[in-house]
Amino acid sequence: MTTPTYTDFYTLLPYLILTVWACVLLLVDLFIPVGRKGITAFLAALGIAVTLGFSITQIGAESVGFSSMVALDGFSTFANILLLSSGLFGIALAYGYTQRFNMVRGEYYILLLFSVSGMMLMAQANDLIIVFLALELLSIPLYVLSAISRKLTSEESGVKYFLLGAFASGFVVYGTALIFGATGSTNLAAIFAQAAAGVTSGLLLTIGAALLLVGFGFKVAAAPFHMWTPDVYQGAPTSVTAFMAAGAKIAGFVALFRVFATAFPSLAPELTTILWALSAVTMILGNLTAISQTNIKRMLAYSAIAHAGYILMAFVPYGNAKVAPTAIAAGLFYLVAYAVSNFGSWGVVIALEKAEGKGLEIEDYAGLAKKYPALAAAMTVFMLSLIGFPPTLGMVGKFYLFRSALAGGFPGLALIGLVTSLLSAYYYLRVVVNMYMKEGDPEIEREPWLALTTGFTAIATVVVSFVPQFLFMLAYTAVMR
Amino acid sequence: MVPVDYYIILSAILFTIGALGVLSRRNPLIIFMSIELMLNAANLAFVAFARVYETFSGQIFVFFVIAVAAAEVAVGLALIVEIFKSKKNINIDEMNSLKG
Repeated sequence: MTTPTYTDFYTLLPYLILTVWACVLLLVDLFIPVGRKGITAFLAALGIAVTLGFSITQIGAESVGFSSMVALDGFSTFANILLLSSGLFGIALAYGYTQRFNMVRGEYYILLLFSVSGMMLMAQANDLIIVFLALELLSIPLYVLSAISRKLTSEESGVKYFLLGAFASGFVVYGTALIFGATGSTNLAAIFAQAAAGVTSGLLLTIGAALLLVGFGFKVAAAPFHMWTPDVYQGAPTSVTAFMAAGAKIAGFVALFRVFATAFPSLAPELTTILWALSAVTMILGNLTAISQTNIKRMLAYSAIAHAGYILMAFVPYGNAKVAPTAIAAGLFYLVAYAVSNFGSWGVVIALEKAEGKGLEIEDYAGLAKKYPALAAAMTVFMLSLIGFPPTLGMVGKFYLFRSALAGGFPGLALIGLVTSLLSAYYYLRVVVNMYMKEGDPEIEREPWLALTTGFTAIATVVVSFVPQFLFMLAYTAVMR
Repeated sequence: MVPVDYYIILSAILFTIGALGVLSRRNPLIIFMSIELMLNAANLAFVAFARVYETFSGQIFVFFVIAVAAAEVAVGLALIVEIFKSKKNINIDEMNSLKG
């Protein structure tokens, strides 16, 4: 029995801080009176901020801990910082929203902290046991959060998310069992070594990897495993939707990148075709179905599915050692671009949402530009970014993605991406047309944190698009190390 | 001794029954039982493989799966009870207030 060393703890430090903070906050919350749950929100945000600080000091650090169950490297630190920032945005959006719709509960923020900690563990996982535990730690709080407003739609969304999520983890566990059967280990590096040595049962390994892919496909909402997404995103409280659309997607993709690039490069010939098809189907299906939506939450849900397809594109050439680092860096870059536009656009949706699910149709946005020009301008920026139109972060992200697809030798996939992006302009621009060219009298909620989030993300979407090299180099160094 | 292949075939059958159950049943409780069947199929495979490789790590994974499944039950049953209170019914075909 070896005792944990300083390195072990240092490797996992951000995750440990956040988890301990969340556990303590669970107790502290008991003593905070019902009318002053803003204190819990503040303490939760403080916890994330402190963790973020530690995470930033770990830039450039590299180590493995706990018998190489977890790893700390540039990739995980990049993901941690992105996930923690998502958590901060999630709290900022939730603060006013929960008050307005009478669902102020301290647990909201604590569950959010646990979910973020699960996502961070996912980014650092270096063993399939940890991948599984992290997957559950990030999902179970999200099931509860989806149902937290106790309206029928919210409860329905929680049950659906729970059943499909548990189904997906069944696939992950069984896939892991087969991989263990093929290689005798669940450690990613050991799996790679075994597979390279060629002493394993190739069939078991391939089926296991495919089952893992199915499980993660559910989590990141890739077609044909996306059926739950529109219902869950529509039914869940909007602030929860914003958080899970960004956070769960980032965590799912980060785990996919790490597991497949570390453990299964030898399976690339078989898996590349499957990934190609998954990516193409997801882009086509997500964008086509989004066109017919009239509810903005459902439209954004299908848009989230479509974007899972674009990010999967980065992942298709993962077995090609020459292209893979650039492609995965492009994927990370696009995750940042998507997360920023995602929080912004959901922020605008929150500003217009009324009780009883009113104010969520696209027609309700008519006349917004005349009455609230700043908000309409921000929404326009997010819609353009989701289309991939300059000058926004989404455009730069798509450029990097298509370039890496071309470099990897998949011009067909880049073409599908381009055509579906053009197609998507139709439904995104419908929102803009409604805001600027139709008459209407919308009412919005004025909340400082909401305004701050929307404003910040809108400015970031535009400004960073002029200096994308900086962010891309950060992502690239993160992948290379 | 029973060869390990038999255990793996049994676990594959159990997993398939579980997955088909999830897709075909309409009662969330039965769906949840089917998911448990899938997890336990994986547990059986883990234990069988752990015997082959003579290592403990497969058996340890089983403990993790059991513990996590228990946590999932706690949350899942609470959600199902909650929706039963609102609807007096838990058939998932009637969970249709969300559509587009």
